[in-house]
Amino acid sequence: MASVDIHDVRKAYGSTQVVHGVNIGINDGEFVILVGPSGCGKSTLLRMIAGLENITGGEIRIGDRVVNDVPPKERDIAMVFQNYALYPHMTVSENMAFSMKLRGASKQEIEQRVSKAAGILGLGNLLDRYPRQLSGGQRQRVAMGRAIVRDPQVFLFDEPLSNLDAKLRVQMRTEIKELHQRLKTTTVYVTHDQIEAMTMADKIVVMHDGIVEQMGAPLELYDRPANLFVAGFIGSPAMNLMKGRIKDGRFESDKGGSFPIGAVPHGSEGRAVTYGIRPEHIHLAADGLKAEVVVVEPTGSETQVVAKVGGQELVCVFRERITAKPGETLGIAPDASLVHLFDGETGKRLG
Amino acid sequence: MTDMAGRMAAARRQTGFYDRLRVNKNWQGLWFMAPAAVILLLFLAYPLGKGVWLSFTDAKIGRSGEFIGLENYEWLGWPWWSDKDGVFWLSVFNTIVYTVVASAVKFAVGLYLALLLNEKIPFKALVRSVVLIPFVVPTVLSAIAFWWIYDSQFSIISWSLKNLGLIDQNINFLGDPNNARMSLIFANIWRGVPFIAITLLAGLQTVSPSLYEAATLDGATKWQIFRNITFPLLTPIIAVVMTFSVLFTFTDFQLVWALTRGGPVNATHLMATLSYQRAILAGNLGEGAAIATAMVPFLLLAIMVSWFGLQRRQWQQGGNDD
Repeated sequence: MASVDIHDVRKAYGSTQVVHGVNIGINDGEFVILVGPSGCGKSTLLRMIAGLENITGGEIRIGDRVVNDVPPKERDIAMVFQNYALYPHMTVSENMAFSMKLRGASKQEIEQRVSKAAGILGLGNLLDRYPRQLSGGQRQRVAMGRAIVRDPQVFLFDEPLSNLDAKLRVQMRTEIKELHQRLKTTTVYVTHDQIEAMTMADKIVVMHDGIVEQMGAPLELYDRPANLFVAGFIGSPAMNLMKGRIKDGRFESDKGGSFPIGAVPHGSEGRAVTYGIRPEHIHLAADGLKAEVVVVEPTGSETQVVAKVGGQELVCVFRERITAKPGETLGIAPDASLVHLFDGETGKRLG
Repeated sequence: MTDMAGRMAAARRQTGFYDRLRVNKNWQGLWFMAPAAVILLLFLAYPLGKGVWLSFTDAKIGRSGEFIGLENYEWLGWPWWSDKDGVFWLSVFNTIVYTVVASAVKFAVGLYLALLLNEKIPFKALVRSVVLIPFVVPTVLSAIAFWWIYDSQFSIISWSLKNLGLIDQNINFLGDPNNARMSLIFANIWRGVPFIAITLLAGLQTVSPSLYEAATLDGATKWQIFRNITFPLLTPIIAVVMTFSVLFTFTDFQLVWALTRGGPVNATHLMATLSYQRAILAGNLGEGAAIATAMVPFLLLAIMVSWFGLQRRQWQQGGNDD
């Protein structure tokens, strides 16, 4: 196990720079998730840690060692690929044993480690199968087994769940998290799915266009997004964001409608801001804002309602069951203490 | 209850034989296969059958022959210990040497080129097209080019070596039995390499790059990656391409005929050229047909070898490829 330090790392393909000076500190044993939309540089960064891509600038350390010029096999890392990258002509046990066979480990040691990893992942009865004979979830587990057998300093996961169906994804999410709690190996995990990031990570790094937008514990990002991008990216359904101004201690939307603010920042009267409120922080209140129901989506445990306040559409999530039909009017009240305000120009968080 | 069963039976009867035939997939398949089957029967099966039949007759050009049993084969030297002719067995030997040596070298060079072209090299597209040139040129044209290259007086190789001071006399490329064999094999290799290289390159490109990355992370060296990942994944396509290569080389005719016509002293006669000489030039259709028929067991053997080698390996079976 080891810490990973990413210091001012840059990556350019020719004259196109895709990663612009990223700083991330990963503690020993931590589960860090790099999340962001596709093309944000998260996979590139992971591949630079693995040594599959050259580092254009900056420094990556694994433990105390700068690994910029260390070949991948000497970095003591193991990687799980999006398409699993299982060797199709080797059985499950041969797949897992391959790295040790190359290292010249004894037959006995190989057998012992493979069966231990297989035991952890419940692959015991599949050891003689070929990858083609396995289901998606089983292949995923074999790919993890191949990593576990190596007993590396750092695990790297590159969107490992995106080829699985929704149900299996939830299940594997739990399995990976449980595995990490058991092995306590430093893990860097790349995904574009913010739910995966929220549920699994000790620390989330939100990336966008080659820079780190915000870094922190999942709930920290949820409670205090540092800017508009993170506010819109973290949380599902996404936060309602509206442009407007602060007027008399309330927020006036450009499209019409006035909304309450908990604590108005000093000297911000008349200032252009973006107002953010999460769907789940809007409650039913008979004496609240008058909202016209547009769409009602019951999911059983909660009800998602798209409603119009003034000219502004809002997504709300209520614990209550809503019987209102489209066109009817509901009274709603945003929880003023949970409102987020962002600067109208820079998009940075206010307060 | 009986009423219902009766009505259903009536409904079943109404969908007639023709209706059922119309939606029958096998019937449809038969029609899709028919054109290809007709062509194969007409241009492959019939000539093959006719050839085998001719080999049991004493047919000459312009005269349909009588059935003479195995006499043609006996005349050629069957069984080999009572050989009278000698030329036939020489041609068998030549054909085998020609096929084995040329195929082995073509495979080695083709694989090397494929691996090279699969790497990031400058002017890749250009180099790829250059590699294909020998394949594109008509065989007879390249044979004529080689004819000049191997010419006893005007050979560019002899000329160059002489000017470099390495030899004092022209090399007798096509006049000496062993030189002639080597020269022919070289020309065949030159022609056959592109087919193998390009096919193997296509195979190489189906190997997912992430497998190489995974193997790199697993600590494999370049050679270990080739031995443990690339080569095993390539075996199915190697089996196919080498089967074709062996078949084409074994039945080669154009190149040899254009360069040496089987000479000197029959040293480069392949079974195909000998068959042509006996059947068409000498007019002994029956004897020529017997030589051609004698190629069939060898070709069958080659096909059998690849058939068993080709059988889908266990790792290719089962499951879907999602």
